[in-house]
Amino acid sequence: MPEPMPEPMSQPMPGPMPGPMPGPVPAAPVADVIHDIGYRHYQGPRLGRGYATRSLYTLTLRGSFGLGRSIRSKILPMGLLALMCVPALIIVAVAVYLKSAKLPLEYERYLMIMDFVIAVFVASQAPVALSRDLRFMTVPLYFSRPITAGDYVRAKFGAMFTAMFVLTGLPLLIMWIGSLLASMSFGYNLEHFCYGLVAAALYSLLYSSIATVIASATPRRGFGVAGIIMVLLISAGISSVLYFVINGHDNSAAAYWANVISPSGLVDSSVTWMFGLPTTGAVGVPSALGGCVFVAEIAAVSAAAYGLLVQRYRKI
Amino acid sequence: MLMRSAVPRRYGLTVSVITDNLTKRFPRVTALDRLTVDVQPGVVGLVGANGAGKSTLIKILLGLSPATEGSARVLGLDVATEGGAIRERVGYMPEHDCLPPDVSATEFVVHMARMSGLPATAARERTADTLRHVGLYEERYRPIGGYSTGMKQRVKLAQALVHDPQLVLLDEPTNGLDPSGRDEMLALIRRVHSDFGISVLVTSHLLGELERTCDHVVVVDGGKLLRSSSTADFTKATALLAVEVTDRPADPSFDTDRALTERLTAGGLRVTRDGGRVLLVEIAGDDTYDLVRDAVAELGVGLVRMEQRRHRIAEVFQDRPLDQRPADDRAEEAFPDA
Repeated sequence: MPEPMPEPMSQPMPGPMPGPMPGPVPAAPVADVIHDIGYRHYQGPRLGRGYATRSLYTLTLRGSFGLGRSIRSKILPMGLLALMCVPALIIVAVAVYLKSAKLPLEYERYLMIMDFVIAVFVASQAPVALSRDLRFMTVPLYFSRPITAGDYVRAKFGAMFTAMFVLTGLPLLIMWIGSLLASMSFGYNLEHFCYGLVAAALYSLLYSSIATVIASATPRRGFGVAGIIMVLLISAGISSVLYFVINGHDNSAAAYWANVISPSGLVDSSVTWMFGLPTTGAVGVPSALGGCVFVAEIAAVSAAAYGLLVQRYRKI
Repeated sequence: MLMRSAVPRRYGLTVSVITDNLTKRFPRVTALDRLTVDVQPGVVGLVGANGAGKSTLIKILLGLSPATEGSARVLGLDVATEGGAIRERVGYMPEHDCLPPDVSATEFVVHMARMSGLPATAARERTADTLRHVGLYEERYRPIGGYSTGMKQRVKLAQALVHDPQLVLLDEPTNGLDPSGRDEMLALIRRVHSDFGISVLVTSHLLGELERTCDHVVVVDGGKLLRSSSTADFTKATALLAVEVTDRPADPSFDTDRALTERLTAGGLRVTRDGGRVLLVEIAGDDTYDLVRDAVAELGVGLVRMEQRRHRIAEVFQDRPLDQRPADDRAEEAFPDA
């Protein structure tokens, strides 16, 4: 442990002080001694809540990818981002090389396949955004400043959503640019790229909602990570078991109701239904009503999660 | 809301905090009970035992927790309706740890400056200035996790000062510090007012340390105001000499304390007992020390200690009529002098 610091005036420091030094300077200062320039009041602008909220948003968003943090914190999020994008690059490379008229994989289908990577990303990064502030009790410092609990939640939730959207949208963008380079049908690719982006947005919304609520419940990062992974993957697992049990029993569309407890199933089924895409495996809606229920469920879960977050931080 | 644009400084403000019948009730306890107090600009100490309502008061003053009854104004702003404006002009240093260990002091304080609305460039400049003022130099670029408790307290103070507030609320800033760290922190707090021109409201459960730092001390207990007076008044009342003597080895049944008390009283001094074997002698002048020395020598007993002693809170209030006194036992336990 370093010794407690002596008084600032007597503290020598190698090298010159950075920055200009207006204000009174005591007479005959020694060259390598900090000049006591006295305290200066701040007369500049104070940009208020909106600016503070945006700053917190930017910091959290950068932090989700490890930017501005240690090398070690960059490995996982950047690795997952690469893992999301590399298959897209390969798909594009193969399609361009073979001069095929169509990408071998549809945009929204790509996200279904990469679901696990998305889940790991949100599970690892939502606690970074929220649990840290709770664990180190930094939250009261935020609330001793002009921003409110609502601003805090808006910044954190927004940042988590944006990070997820970058993660899910970037590979789709790569695929779309690839399709343009390979001179594939522009209209078809634009249309399906947009479907893919809707799926990306819904994934980001639903996953961020679930993950931020769980992360805000515990100051322990490990619990947060485990909780989110469990909720996302176990619910999907149970849902697919249910699907196959019901489907094996009477092979009806009712089996699609199993998606109601699976976050990824909900998003995939809703997107397939909304845009009339071909259904595959367990992905699909039981009926038009089922489709509406699925979409409404995504909206309701997200709204409830946001409300819970605001409530949770009001109490601090 | 009054958020954008530079906030004009209100020089010549005569009170920094004013509360009127401020009451805060939780389902089980009453944290603040009709607290009415004016806090002048300067360094003001808020003393009370743990659970006396200090932290609750700070939360209310920051506009973060609504009062059950009564009202309070900070820097002339109403805590119930102008919380945002108050928090823009006030700095807060919490009692608990609040620093992430994996970022440097500079990164952390810059971030907190931006959270107070300072533009990025100004945030960096103010951070460098403020960290230097609180006495953090090269180490400010290292992760906070490796700091000593004293350095962490300085970072906590820096984040409360970085946006150049008009008033800082410091909650137990000397907690966990060793005696020399305590003295340094108290000197720093003094400078926050004398050199930086920022008013300070500092809480502590130790009256002794606030006496040295503050212009004015407010004592609360059980959410009630016990006393609010300038430090000079406290010190006047607290010039005491603690004297402890041994028994006579040859004659253990001889009551040396009583004999000494009688001698000193005969010499014109006021003597009280503190419950144990320590006699508290009021210091009348420089010759008091001589009187005590001579009396002890004449009795032929050993002098275990003779030291200047500050009053404990309980003793301060023994001057008051009986019905207004706090429960003595409780107060004594609650405010052990350092």
